[in-house]
Amino acid sequence: MSDLLIELFSEEIPARMQAKAADDLRRLMTDGMVEAGLTYGGAAAFATPRRLTLAVEGLTEKSPTVREERKGPRTDAPEKALAGFLRSTGLTKDQLEVRDDKKGQVYFAVIEKPGRPAAQIVAETLESTIRNFPWPKSMRWGSGSLRWVRPLHSILAILTDEEGAQVVPLDVDGIASGDTTRGHRFMAPDTIKVNSFEDYASKLKRAHVILDAKERADIIWGEATNLAFAQGLEVVEDKGLLAEVAGLVEWPVPLMGSIGEQFLDLPPEVLQTSMKEHQKFFSVRDGTGKIVKYVTVANRTTADDGATILAGNGKVLTARLSDAKFFWENDLQTVRERGLQGMAVPLANVTFHNKLGSQAERIARIAALAREIAPLVGADADMAEQAAQIAKADLSSEMVYEFPELQGLMGRYYAEAAGLPQEVANAAQYHYSPLGPSDDVPTEPVSVALALADKLDTLTGFWAIDEKPTGSKDPYALRRAALGVIRLVLESGCSQYLRGVVALASNLHYWQRHENVMNQIDEHDAYISTYLGIDKFTLQSIKDKISRPNKSEKKQGLFEKIMNTTTSAIIDPNQNLLSFFADRLKVHLRAEGVRHDVIDAALPENWDGDIVLLVNRVRALQAFLDTEDGANLLAAYTRASNILRAEEAKDGVEYSLDPNPDLAENDSEKALFAALDATDPQIDAALAAEDFAAAMAAIAALRGPLDAYFEATLINSDNQIIRRNRLCLLNRVRTLFARIADFGRIEG
Amino acid sequence: MTAPTATDRPRSFQEIILRLQAYWAAHGCAIMQPYDMEVGAGTFHPATTLRSLGTNHWAAAYVQPSRRPTDGRYGENPNRLQHYYQYQVLIKPSPPNLQELYLGSLEAIGIDMQLHDIRFVEDDWESPTLGAWGLGWEVWCDGMEVSQFTYFQQVGGHDCKPVSGELTYGLERLAMYVLGVDHVMDMPYNDPDAAIRLSYGDVFKQTEQEYSRWNFDIADTDVLLRHFEEAEVECARILDAADDDPKTGKRIVMAHPAYDQCIKASHIFNLLDARGVISVTERQAYIGRVRTLAKACADAFVRTTAGGYAA
Repeated sequence: MSDLLIELFSEEIPARMQAKAADDLRRLMTDGMVEAGLTYGGAAAFATPRRLTLAVEGLTEKSPTVREERKGPRTDAPEKALAGFLRSTGLTKDQLEVRDDKKGQVYFAVIEKPGRPAAQIVAETLESTIRNFPWPKSMRWGSGSLRWVRPLHSILAILTDEEGAQVVPLDVDGIASGDTTRGHRFMAPDTIKVNSFEDYASKLKRAHVILDAKERADIIWGEATNLAFAQGLEVVEDKGLLAEVAGLVEWPVPLMGSIGEQFLDLPPEVLQTSMKEHQKFFSVRDGTGKIVKYVTVANRTTADDGATILAGNGKVLTARLSDAKFFWENDLQTVRERGLQGMAVPLANVTFHNKLGSQAERIARIAALAREIAPLVGADADMAEQAAQIAKADLSSEMVYEFPELQGLMGRYYAEAAGLPQEVANAAQYHYSPLGPSDDVPTEPVSVALALADKLDTLTGFWAIDEKPTGSKDPYALRRAALGVIRLVLESGCSQYLRGVVALASNLHYWQRHENVMNQIDEHDAYISTYLGIDKFTLQSIKDKISRPNKSEKKQGLFEKIMNTTTSAIIDPNQNLLSFFADRLKVHLRAEGVRHDVIDAALPENWDGDIVLLVNRVRALQAFLDTEDGANLLAAYTRASNILRAEEAKDGVEYSLDPNPDLAENDSEKALFAALDATDPQIDAALAAEDFAAAMAAIAALRGPLDAYFEATLINSDNQIIRRNRLCLLNRVRTLFARIADFGRIEG
Repeated sequence: MTAPTATDRPRSFQEIILRLQAYWAAHGCAIMQPYDMEVGAGTFHPATTLRSLGTNHWAAAYVQPSRRPTDGRYGENPNRLQHYYQYQVLIKPSPPNLQELYLGSLEAIGIDMQLHDIRFVEDDWESPTLGAWGLGWEVWCDGMEVSQFTYFQQVGGHDCKPVSGELTYGLERLAMYVLGVDHVMDMPYNDPDAAIRLSYGDVFKQTEQEYSRWNFDIADTDVLLRHFEEAEVECARILDAADDDPKTGKRIVMAHPAYDQCIKASHIFNLLDARGVISVTERQAYIGRVRTLAKACADAFVRTTAGGYAA
């Protein structure tokens, strides 16, 4: 047994790539060595900005000898067959064995592949790992052709056993392996010779390199919180930033600095974003939540305890925050002078999508939709419309231009500055929510109405232009939008209207295109009549025929109208969109542990988009199937439907007539008729009340009669009349079940 | 006056430039002069763009005045200028100790590695107008970006073989940091003890105002558009000429004169952009047109002796 240590030492590896690279190194090396016949006890990989390291414990000394026997042609076979066999085995005739076989004497080749020493296998595996490393982006340097993430400088590869350490000999494009590395770039740049992983890790630590990213992150977080705590402050947690900073340093030294007095009135999120994005600083807040200081992480200690470093960082921060303050004050001035509507004016010239018009057109659609959705979620329609009109104004603010991730939030600040109602301001912030499965769903009615309108407009728009998600491609985040709608309707309870609002949102797209065309016709009236060679009265009559939607019609009772239209009037793409919602719902429920086949069973063929109802049905069905009655009843149902299916296929007919109770021969048959008669009205009542648990309880009562019936009755009676009646009775059972769910889709 | 040594702290903008020149000269670079045309960055100098192509070895360093019309702030902003200086180093093939050489240059201008925190932070470089990209870092000194460090992978659509290492220092920003100045216009330009003491503002404040006004409001966009098209046509016409010159009987591929037209088109595009007459969709189209020129010039350069062509 020996231990393997590998270090690939290079120029600075991007922080975001380090963790995966360490893992890839471990996987490629261990897979390759195992493939070649070695085994090992354990393996761990590490990354710093300048090195990828792999430590493997308990590696076998060599791969085992492999013996392979191959049967060849008979001894009396033609010369040609023997020659072919010799070629394929690489042996000569006198190396073959002759053995007796059923058909006579046959040549056998016994090939023995001797085991190979670990060093040889490690060297081969490492070279191929280096040459085929899956970096997200790689490069060449100097005159070489080797690719690595940045220039690769040295390869450390040693095998250590009781006798000591041996270099694994290897040369990749002129980089020869050895047993040395280097310490910290500035604090300990000299060469270090190592003889084992323990030796390596401890010498590196003395040379100011902490190998383990987790340990670096712990040091950063621990010291940063201590610095803050000593002054009664608290570091704002940011796991992503912590991981990134841990990938930028080999010797982390957190330093705490102050933010200039003149910037402390900026919104805390602006301070935090600016410090994080540009400087990779942690924010430090006081007891009131105000951000007052920062922590930067240096890569070294200095004789002046970081004073110079901190002064430099402070200077850069001041320049950055001066910019942020400038944007903030300019934006506030715009709001003061022109209001939020004024700030939104330039959005008329910003394209949302070339087939879906400008941001301003999009806002107009969302406003109309939010108005209609408002009453369904208990929001004030005027307020929802007003919120829609200003919610995206911040997209043309200077602050959001600089920091796109502050969209929405700045909208809220600017709406507050404009003196708009708090509900409207909040909607500006929350209408993008929920952004993911774990993001909070807004609860204020105005925010809910706007969040729904925003997402539905996006979904129906991209559906209309046929830009649906395919496979892993979802550039407009439509899956996320649909999940957002699902979570919003589940929590707001406006579920039964989903189909209606989807149709409405689609129509708004349609009308807007229609209106744009009409406006263009108006604008170019004279040109069109000349071009078409018609007088303006004829043109007017054409325009009347096209007829634009009437403004007042749009405002009043539109929703009622759409809700009252028949299913067939809702255009097909929307049905497709509803099944997209159904799919997203499945994903959502699966995350809660609901089985996908149960959801399939509960999903009606022509689903009306009522999410709440569907979820209730799914939950009741799953609960029912988990009971003993449920499981047995499912078995009985399966038996009934299997018999029916087989007999219907054989006879080429459907047994869909009402069974005649007078033809019932035995008691169990009569009892089943009675039970079905008793259950029918119960199910009617339960379904009418949308009480699925009651419906399940009602069919559960069929378990006894159904089991007894199968026990006592031969379905395929010789009497054809009786047989037909019994099959029709089974059909009655099947039909009854189908009213509750498609039990046939449930997997055993 | 005694010659400054590396341990002294420089006292003026020009001293920092002089020290960089001396340092890179000592490390074997040809010290070149700025290219005599308006460019957006030191990379446009043919000593970088064209010389990074082909197999011939190369080492050059130079100051390049650079113009970014949209960054004009009438000389009021402490850090932003429409005309500024870049210091550019290009070495092909990139030497294995390029990072150490670079750090040495920071020491040469008075940055003490034992007191400062120098970091190499991922920053991939891409120039859509030059059809070029490379991998490297922005170099941070105490959280401030002081240089770009790039290993060229492709220029003008050609794979770089060997690879050049390119260093770009933003001179004003670096100098402000080293000299401890908060507003660029306050920075000493020449020796602060000189009889006639000049600040950066004394030299450039007025020109920043003049060009900011011209760039944003006065430049004649019709004329600029015409110049753009003329440069485009001229570039193609130069490259269309036969390789063999009938007058001298020699093979003369005119890569550099054609590239001048490409530089011109690129700068005119920047001016048009500053005038706000290029829409978002047109922007991509203009960049594509300049890239087409850059690629054609790169194709021509690799057919010249300097580009590694052997008859």
